[in-house]
Amino acid sequence: MRLSVNGEERGFEGVSTVQDLVSALGLDVRKVAVERNLEIVPRSTYGTAALADGDQIEIVTFIGGG
Amino acid sequence: MNAHVLPESATTVDSWTVAGRTFTSRLIVGTGKYKDYATNAAAAKAAGAQIVTVAVRRVNLTDPTQPLLVDYVKPDEFTYLPNTAGCFTGEEAVRTLRLAREAGGWDLVKLEVLSDPKTLYPDMEETLRALKLLVSEGFQVMVYCSDDPVYARKLEEAGAAAIMPLGAPIGSGLGIQNRVNIRLIVEQAKVPVLVDAGVGTASDAAIGMELGCDGILMNTAIAEAKDPILMARAMKHAVMAGRDAYLAGRMARRMYADPSSPLAGLI
Repeated sequence: MRLSVNGEERGFEGVSTVQDLVSALGLDVRKVAVERNLEIVPRSTYGTAALADGDQIEIVTFIGGG
Repeated sequence: MNAHVLPESATTVDSWTVAGRTFTSRLIVGTGKYKDYATNAAAAKAAGAQIVTVAVRRVNLTDPTQPLLVDYVKPDEFTYLPNTAGCFTGEEAVRTLRLAREAGGWDLVKLEVLSDPKTLYPDMEETLRALKLLVSEGFQVMVYCSDDPVYARKLEEAGAAAIMPLGAPIGSGLGIQNRVNIRLIVEQAKVPVLVDAGVGTASDAAIGMELGCDGILMNTAIAEAKDPILMARAMKHAVMAGRDAYLAGRMARRMYADPSSPLAGLI
């Protein structure tokens, strides 16, 4: 499946949900937030939130700021 | 009265409340510009801060093992105040804070909608519009703003949880440039007022508190000090000293001297 993740086009194998994607990227689900096609994906729904070819995904976390 | 017992005013715990949450520390610190997260965490502790501002950014996909802020400045020790730094429109700010709310699960946020990259002055028209969008989505919004009492009132009327006028441009360290405006904002506000931006050293923070502000928010003054942890402690003391001085009520200014030792009984 082709996804745009944080502005970067990438192909993913065996990824069908947000949960799969976050795991495939090696990220800790408790420390990120995910947006799919400009809509927030609630963390409690990662396991069931299906991804589709061409989805625009943003994955963010907290960093230092003023 | 026992001379060794401090009067009640000096022993009562002083606190302030924003959006229903009560804090005893009146110093909010940023988490940007530190050489590493460990220094950052040590400085936040030295400052006695209970609230820290944080930014929301894309995760590093090329190296997901890089250290994360949450592993050092821990959300169970500090209340995170996610900001909208880098946002230039209301829509960008709302999108950023929706993500922040999902990442952190809380609704207390700092809104800043900037205009000019050189001065980082807030775009107040856009800030007010963004505030209304956020309030309608249930956010509790502490608003970075210019030191304009008229806009400060408009922000409060639009539901701001706190008003946070700049003392001087972000990261400038110039100190509070317009004390009169800060004082006017404090006098009219029914929500907390915090000086956000412009503090350079401890005396600047004390001045803000002496003007009656409920707190001070700073980042660069601590992060760019030669010894950030020592400066953090200095800021803690300055904020406490300024607060006490405000509560104590300063003496009147006089044009001429007034002797401290009695003139009566001179030999």
